[in-house]
Amino acid sequence: MKDSVNFVKEGIFQIIDERGECHADHNLSKNKLREMFWWMIYSRRASEKALKMQRQGKIGTFLPLDGQEASQVGSAMAINKEDWIFPTYREMGAQIVRSVPLVNILLYYAGDIRGNLIPKNVNNLPFYIPVGTQIPHATGTAWAMKIQKKRSVVLCYLGDGATSKGDFHEGLNFAGVMKSPVIFFCQNNGWAISVPREKQTASRTIAQKAFAYGMEGLIVDGNDVIAVYLAVQHARKRAMEGVPTLIEALTYRMKMHSTADDPKRYEDNKNLKIWEKKDPIKRMRLYLKKEKIWTRGWEKTLEKKADRLIEDAVKKMGKVSQLTPEDMFNSIYSKMTPKLTEELEYLKENLANREVEEETQEIKGGFP
Amino acid sequence: MKMNIAEAINDALKLEMKKNKNIVLLGEDVGVNGGVFRVTDGLKKKYPDRVFDTPLAELGIVGTSIGMALYGLKPIAEIQFMGFLWPALDQISNHASRIRNRTMGRYTSNIVIRIPYGGEIRGLEHHTESFESVLSHIPGLKVVIPSTPYDAKGLLISTIRDENPVVFLEPKKLYRAFKEEVPKNSYTEEIGKAKIVNEGDDLTILGWGAMMPKIKKAAELINAKGFSTEIIDLRTISPYDEKTVNASVEKTGRLVVVQEASRTCGFASEIIAGINDNELLHLKAPVARVTGFDIPFPLYKMEKWAVPDADRIIKASKEVLKW
Repeated sequence: MKDSVNFVKEGIFQIIDERGECHADHNLSKNKLREMFWWMIYSRRASEKALKMQRQGKIGTFLPLDGQEASQVGSAMAINKEDWIFPTYREMGAQIVRSVPLVNILLYYAGDIRGNLIPKNVNNLPFYIPVGTQIPHATGTAWAMKIQKKRSVVLCYLGDGATSKGDFHEGLNFAGVMKSPVIFFCQNNGWAISVPREKQTASRTIAQKAFAYGMEGLIVDGNDVIAVYLAVQHARKRAMEGVPTLIEALTYRMKMHSTADDPKRYEDNKNLKIWEKKDPIKRMRLYLKKEKIWTRGWEKTLEKKADRLIEDAVKKMGKVSQLTPEDMFNSIYSKMTPKLTEELEYLKENLANREVEEETQEIKGGFP
Repeated sequence: MKMNIAEAINDALKLEMKKNKNIVLLGEDVGVNGGVFRVTDGLKKKYPDRVFDTPLAELGIVGTSIGMALYGLKPIAEIQFMGFLWPALDQISNHASRIRNRTMGRYTSNIVIRIPYGGEIRGLEHHTESFESVLSHIPGLKVVIPSTPYDAKGLLISTIRDENPVVFLEPKKLYRAFKEEVPKNSYTEEIGKAKIVNEGDDLTILGWGAMMPKIKKAAELINAKGFSTEIIDLRTISPYDEKTVNASVEKTGRLVVVQEASRTCGFASEIIAGINDNELLHLKAPVARVTGFDIPFPLYKMEKWAVPDADRIIKASKEVLKW
């Protein structure tokens, strides 16, 4: 594996190129490769479905992951169950690889807080909505692992926009000083809503920022699931040795930032054309075909399986019970304060005795 | 054992660290130096692996504390001066105070943030702020402010044992102002419970933190004129003890609220709104508030004009007692 990690083209770690050619020995089993392909198919289809549901008014603002499947799947598969992940709002793929039920994700984007109920045995945080604020948390959790002498690590997701925030600097700086077992996995997808990567930082690369914090920096082809997997595995090993890594995964946001965004206002179609050729799923398909792992029939089976799981999740979503006013108050403190008890009673009484109803307005296209 | 507030806090930290191995201390200069106010003195020596001098970054201190708490540790962070808390407010209001609610209890972040606050220490600019009302506006957070060594120890122990994130504000003017008898062993004082320092019938004066000695002095002089003053030390401003405040105002019918912070939207405003909700018809006089002005805290040559004192409390009380 060490050899693989050392295989770097123009400073970018890559195993499988756009034509599906393999450039280094990766030692991954056929089953592992199949699994990677499966998760990428499943996450793209889930993202596509969620986008449709938003357009039909069934969920609220949604942030599609299309184009970033290899980054999310490769990274999430490379760590262990007892490791923790801190995902941002786009990490639907990483969440489902790590056993967060799809119904939770759909519920959350449908404005239901119960979507954030991460199963007890899954060490994932729910999506972070503010940009970059999860970074110091990830450092803190990793630091706690070190204090408690646990053999596990933290995988912290972030985007290129987050690297401009103070949280990024403080989180990475603490991690370097405290030698926390943490991996900062930056998906450089080219855009922070409408602001391109070049306007986010004057650094030549994002990975080079690592050196200022006394940690390792690594650039990986974020559309090459095998390279991402190996890079994160390598970073995991280094994290356990007390050296955090900042990984810059070069990828591309192939759809809008969110369903409230229209990339036509700022994005040149040329870029998209270039990146469509680098599509992570297309590339893996080419490679697997060469390896005689892929057949059209097999991919169809995967698609069917994904669609079945997605339909199940949508069905489950339709069956959840109504939220109650208690759900809004119950978990503010470990025990409800007298004031909150009063406020809850007031709300319930008000709901039971309405004199005027607000007109509910259809809101098209989410915020703003 | 006679102790001042700084010693009482140190004692509480020592006792709790012994009891709970998950407690870690972190902050700027809290380790080898024992804190710039020496409040954590000796703790690094006693627990070298659990007390951390951190990089100079408030957001990072609070943010990493949240991450530690998510993993099950009990971090007690120190922010050196309240004026430097602002970069960490994002972490406090978006995360520390919300993670329980946004995960319906699956994850919690019951961190403790200790912060020396307030003026009248001839402090450098930006070293004298008291914006506790900002913190009181954050749901899911508790805000505790002791004013005596006894309460400082009992309330800090309760704070550390609380299952919620708590900001513990330490009136730094009072750190070494006086000593009092403090039990050697552990004990707790209830968070969210005000203390009636003096019972009285004619007037209630209410305050917290470094205002309490001024209130006591004012009350003595008022009582010398033949009045009977009730003094309430609020001790927790979030959640605050409305019941005790209401009962006192029902009895006396007159209220003066004293706060060091600037006037507009200070916590005194919330107290008065609460009186308006519950006790308006029991009032014999309009409620008065004695507060700082709506100015940034001045450099120290002018701080004697900026901070409420016994004279202003007495004058406000006289107005209220006229009715």
